Amino acid sequence: MSAVRGPLPEIRRELEEPVRPSPQADASKPVVIELDDVWLSFDRPVLRGVNLVVREGETVVVLGESGSGKSTILKLIMRLLVPDRGRVCVFGRDIVGLDFEAALEVRKHIGMVFQYAALFDSLTVYENVAYPLRENTDLPEEAIYPVVRERLEFVNLDPDRVMSQLPGELSGGMRKRVGIARAIAANPDIILYDEPTAGLDPLAVDAIVDLTRKLQRELGVTSIVVTHDIRAGFRVADRVDLLRDGRIVFEGTPEQMVAADDPYIRAFLG
Amino acid sequence: MGRFVAAIDTWMRNAALGVQEYFVLGQRAVRFVAARPFYGADVLVQMDRIGVGSIPIILLTGLFTGMVLALQSSVELGRFGAEIYLGSLVGASMVRELGPVLSALMVAGRASSGIAAELGSMRVTEQIDAMETMGTDPIKKLVTPRLLAGITMLPLLTIVADAIGIIGGLVIAVFRIDLPADIYLRGVWQSFAASGYVLGVFPRDFVSGLLKPVVFGAIIALTGAYYGLTATGGTEGVGMATTRAVVTASILILGTDYFLTQLLLVVLPPPGL
Ligand SMILES: Nc1ncnc2c1ncn2[C@@H]1O[C@H](COP(=O)(O)OP(=O)(O)OP(=O)(O)O)[C@@H](O)[C@H]1O
Ligand SMILES: [Mg+2]
Repeated sequence: MSAVRGPLPEIRRELEEPVRPSPQADASKPVVIELDDVWLSFDRPVLRGVNLVVREGETVVVLGESGSGKSTILKLIMRLLVPDRGRVCVFGRDIVGLDFEAALEVRKHIGMVFQYAALFDSLTVYENVAYPLRENTDLPEEAIYPVVRERLEFVNLDPDRVMSQLPGELSGGMRKRVGIARAIAANPDIILYDEPTAGLDPLAVDAIVDLTRKLQRELGVTSIVVTHDIRAGFRVADRVDLLRDGRIVFEGTPEQMVAADDPYIRAFLG
Repeated sequence: MGRFVAAIDTWMRNAALGVQEYFVLGQRAVRFVAARPFYGADVLVQMDRIGVGSIPIILLTGLFTGMVLALQSSVELGRFGAEIYLGSLVGASMVRELGPVLSALMVAGRASSGIAAELGSMRVTEQIDAMETMGTDPIKKLVTPRLLAGITMLPLLTIVADAIGIIGGLVIAVFRIDLPADIYLRGVWQSFAASGYVLGVFPRDFVSGLLKPVVFGAIIALTGAYYGLTATGGTEGVGMATTRAVVTASILILGTDYFLTQLLLVVLPPPGL
């Protein structure tokens, strides 16, 4: 059992000028996540040979229509699903064949923000954020408490107000933020965001976008953001991948995507 | 025609897969009983919900079953002037069959549906996925405690149902049939004694009447968990999982009851057989 690797660094509250993070993938950085020719069918084929490479510290945005298989990609990386064919590697290790215990070791390094937050609705906000720490570490409750407070402050929630509330009592935007606080509770190296801005008002979207950037900038986490919200996606992306008919049909910077003259991309961008 | 055969083929394949998954689920849930970490608090919560929460319906079910049983039997027995056997009849019927089976069916209606609804909504809102990503085995955390609660609470609920059913029969015997209470109760006891003893002390009817509910408790918990964990398709899917859980659990209880009775007749043969 590994302990959490210390509290998060001090956080600057004021919003900074939007700085575009490293515009081009830095090829010298190690590959953290790799999908190699991944195929997966449910009732019908969903992924048909997906290739995706994510390097350390990068934020990759996967765009695609509803039902194109975006959530499925994240679930493969979490090993909640296994592919019919192909390799899914995390930290250079093929996770497809791992058993539950071994998969757990990998999952400990990944935080996932679910599409609808997926908070445990029988547990309070405090218990939700404390959950990964209680399950995966030997930390005593006195050590968990300050971490939970800090994570809630990091996502701009007032710990004293929300800690004892149940998820059902929160607004959609607050639930999303609690979801992020829970995902970062155990200091993951990788964060997977599933539609982090869906169903939120513009101000709440701004808040989530800023949070995502803050996590990348200040903690150097590697992220995959899956969304069909193009504007929000472009604001956090180092690199954009477009998923269509089970394949990645475009990969490049947001600028390159805007400049592309492929009719599907033009239609998708609207 | 080919379409029809193909449809049957798919259906059978899925059914076979389902049965296999059901057994794998049961096997894993049992294996985790002795594995760390223990979710003791969860077991207690489930015992309270499945056990204590079911007492009111068990009391009502047992009482009315015992009363109607006494009433119906008294007509037949009266024809032969054999009312003194009323206690034997009610006691044996309650403890052997009606107590275990009716309790299990009632609890299936309450608890299998409750478990399926709860786990089903956790499944479709991705809470189960979330749990798994944070290092909890959902079967260990969610299914094992419900299984433990089911197999411990059902025998206790059955005892309550048996007792209240026998009391219900007593009420009818005394107030409707004018059968003295001591004759009725002696009849009850004689039926147990006549069933023979296991290890020389435990009346056979008690042993068989308490072994069955252990199995029924497992069926109730596992069926609810199975349909809940495999729910798909949003709230509608949860509704469907709930209905299927109750129907399947009830049929499994009735079917298993037959085979268990057969088995017990072989393993613990009653005297004179
Ligand atoms: N467990 C499952 N069983 C059967 N089909 C599934 C399952 N999970 C996903 N699918 C199907 O796979 C396809 C892709 O699903 P996925 O959730 O990955 O899409 P998505 O791109 O995330 O869509 P959205 O933007 O609506 O969230 C869909 O058609 C969905 O119906
Ligand atoms: Mg999705």
